[in-house]
Amino acid sequence: MAFYHSARHREALSIGLIGVMIALPALLTACGQEFYIGFASRILIFALAASSLNLVLGFGGMFSLGHAAFFGIGAYAAAICLRSGITDALLVLPLAMAVAGLFALLVGALSLRTRGVYFIMITLAFGQMAYYLVVSARAWGGDDGLALVGRMTFAGFGLHGEAAFFHAVLACLGLSMLFLGRLAEARFGRVIQAIRENETRMEALGFPVFHYRLSCFVIGGALAGLAGALLANLTGLASPSLLQWTQSGTLLVMVIIGGVGYLYGGLLGALVLLCLEEVLAGFTVHWHIGLGLLLLTIVLYAPKGVAALFAKTHD
Amino acid sequence: MTQLILEQALNGLQFGLMLFLLAAGLTLVFGIMDCINLAHGSLYMIGAYLVAAAAQAADSFWIGLATGVAATALLGLVLELTLFRQLYKRDHLSQVLATFALILISNEAVRLIWGAQPVMLNPPAALSGPLEVGGFFYPAYRLVIIACGLAVAGLLYLLVAKSRIGMWVRAGAANREMTEALGINVQGLFTLVFVFGAALCALAGGLLGPLLAVQVGMGESVLILAFVVIIIGGIGSIRGALVGSLIVGTVDTLGRALLPTLLRATLPADAASTLGPALASILIYLLMAGILFFKPQGLFPARA
Amino acid sequence: MTEALLSVRKLSRRFAAVEALKEVDFTVEAGEVHALIGPNGAGKTTFIHHVTGFLLADSGSIHFAGRDVTALSMHQRVAAGMARSYQITNVFLGLSVLDNVALAVQGRPDAGSSFRFWAPVTADRRLFEEAQHFIAQLGLEKHSATLAGNLAHGDQRALELAMALATRPKMLLLDEPMAGAGPEESARMVELIEHLARQVTIVLVEHDMAAVFRLADRVSVLVNGQLICTASPEAVRADPEVRRAYLGDAA
Repeated sequence: MAFYHSARHREALSIGLIGVMIALPALLTACGQEFYIGFASRILIFALAASSLNLVLGFGGMFSLGHAAFFGIGAYAAAICLRSGITDALLVLPLAMAVAGLFALLVGALSLRTRGVYFIMITLAFGQMAYYLVVSARAWGGDDGLALVGRMTFAGFGLHGEAAFFHAVLACLGLSMLFLGRLAEARFGRVIQAIRENETRMEALGFPVFHYRLSCFVIGGALAGLAGALLANLTGLASPSLLQWTQSGTLLVMVIIGGVGYLYGGLLGALVLLCLEEVLAGFTVHWHIGLGLLLLTIVLYAPKGVAALFAKTHD
Repeated sequence: MTQLILEQALNGLQFGLMLFLLAAGLTLVFGIMDCINLAHGSLYMIGAYLVAAAAQAADSFWIGLATGVAATALLGLVLELTLFRQLYKRDHLSQVLATFALILISNEAVRLIWGAQPVMLNPPAALSGPLEVGGFFYPAYRLVIIACGLAVAGLLYLLVAKSRIGMWVRAGAANREMTEALGINVQGLFTLVFVFGAALCALAGGLLGPLLAVQVGMGESVLILAFVVIIIGGIGSIRGALVGSLIVGTVDTLGRALLPTLLRATLPADAASTLGPALASILIYLLMAGILFFKPQGLFPARA
Repeated sequence: MTEALLSVRKLSRRFAAVEALKEVDFTVEAGEVHALIGPNGAGKTTFIHHVTGFLLADSGSIHFAGRDVTALSMHQRVAAGMARSYQITNVFLGLSVLDNVALAVQGRPDAGSSFRFWAPVTADRRLFEEAQHFIAQLGLEKHSATLAGNLAHGDQRALELAMALATRPKMLLLDEPMAGAGPEESARMVELIEHLARQVTIVLVEHDMAAVFRLADRVSVLVNGQLICTASPEAVRADPEVRRAYLGDAA
């Protein structure tokens, strides 16, 4: 897989895109489609979650199938914060990231001692552990999830309006993507991508591979927690289904559709999958069959691995 | 209390043996072909539905069980020949994506055919009552499940430990390239293992059907448990799968039954009632974490 | 007598029923080129894996540069001054020659932490200046911007050496540097190793006997996981036991 290099024209493109995105709520309102502002927020939040998985999987080469746990933990952390009277986003979001990152540290410290199929299964199992824990915790609403009391605020400003909340989400995603883009080209990004390519060689060059992997895993977990906290605020509910492993599968599908190891892969994948869902689900409740067949087709007609399909179009 | 513990221990044994039926096929698939299969749980679900449908049509549980197991084995054969055979060579990403797609498809297909409501599967009428065993009562049907599980486990042990095919399977799990170099048809061997694994899935699904609800999504939760079993036992090891299954089955069952009581005896009431169910539900994962910490390759690693 | 740079004592390792290494004693003096030879399957690469910490021994000890490194992991031994090259070329094919070597420089403890998340690595001038120095030493200047994947085989081997050297090792373990090389490439590699031997201690695992006898100050012979002798090249050539076990009676 190629190492990440930023390109000038892409920077110009992203600045243009951000401009359009800032104006989006006003545009949708002008067209009388306010309903879609919430949908757009949802896409951006999943774009962030998928991008955090892409950091771990695409850049760090760690095939985690328990990523949804960090996502869901972020949501629960936000819900608990709001219930205990902490409402400012500048406190809620970092706390959610810290809790999700801490869980990622525990899971990573144990599972990163293993490789391959083992690692996939272990991350999956630990993710499910978090799921069963919240389902069985009556204090957190069990199966029903934990409803939020209102929405977080930002430095005294309410984020109740869908447009204001959309802008808050956009800011979080923009800052995260900026961070990920810088990280990918910084020393740290070089190291984790090289570890993805050949971990033994990196160890032989004197790099403590385990520590780099673990750090990357924790950063990914914390960013997923950020996305989860935003989603809970959007929907007003921290639901156990966010932690379920099928959610990890969905995030994975997004990353694969958008391009594993490409900076904007998670973004693109979230956009495509959620729009596809919106359209297909309008036709039939059994749209999962169509999605499944589509995924099978992708796998079978990309013999060199799914990521290779995108190598040409993205470079 | 003794009655409770004994009953729960038997339940744990029964659950563990059923887990073994699932984990045995799965651990060989992982071990020999280095292929991850998330859809193993779907075969269990489809197996349970097919057994239920056949039992209803034939009005006999046993005929239904035999038909359902055979049909699922056939489905396994078709899947192996058309899809899995192409997946072995691919990276884990493709394998996970393809088998995740299979889960989506099979869940929706089952929902289309049988609807969203759980399907009932009745145990054979002769076994519906309890049986007296040494002074206490235990459901006869559960005893039959234990007997079936023990019989299959014994058969599998003989097959893998004593037969020529079993020797190839073990060799394949320990070192696939070497086994191929010795001229053994690993591809044919794997088709056999996969089909056998599918049949075991349906057997477990059919036997558990009368105890649990036959419903969409039943495959996923049990798949995760099978994963925990394999992680504890070690990939590719039948012995590890058996030991892991029995550990997970008994610890999970006994934990859920006894832990809340134990906590109530030692902790204040409200702390116990919050902590009890939560702790019981993650007990096997904590156990897995502990084993991983000391033995990252599981209790019985098949590869040196 | 001064302490040896590397001193391996009674190193043993068993894989299931196979005794891969049997109480191997092995010392390397600072400044020498020490060749390790032996028939295929004698355990040479296994031995290198144990010295570098890729594998850990069942028993025995390894001292390096005055420290007990027996329990240290691979990257800790690299930090202590041990570097290795691989039998199969093991470079980052998706990076340029310069980036490959800069990555090796970056791994050194004195190059600063790599837990830096913001500044682009390319702004780190020192890494690349130093990398250029090692590239020049191995005669790869004109390929500096070439992707490693597009290099000829011989140049990839040279890059492999440049990366090992960029970790500024006290001791360099070369695992069959001539493997897969044609006669011309071999000659170039021998010259390069002669050049490197002036600045760093070298342990050379090699099948090419002409190269071994030309480069080595001392030769150790490993047969069936046992070290049967360590001596000057001439003495090893004449040793009847070596001839019987390794070179064959006809030789």
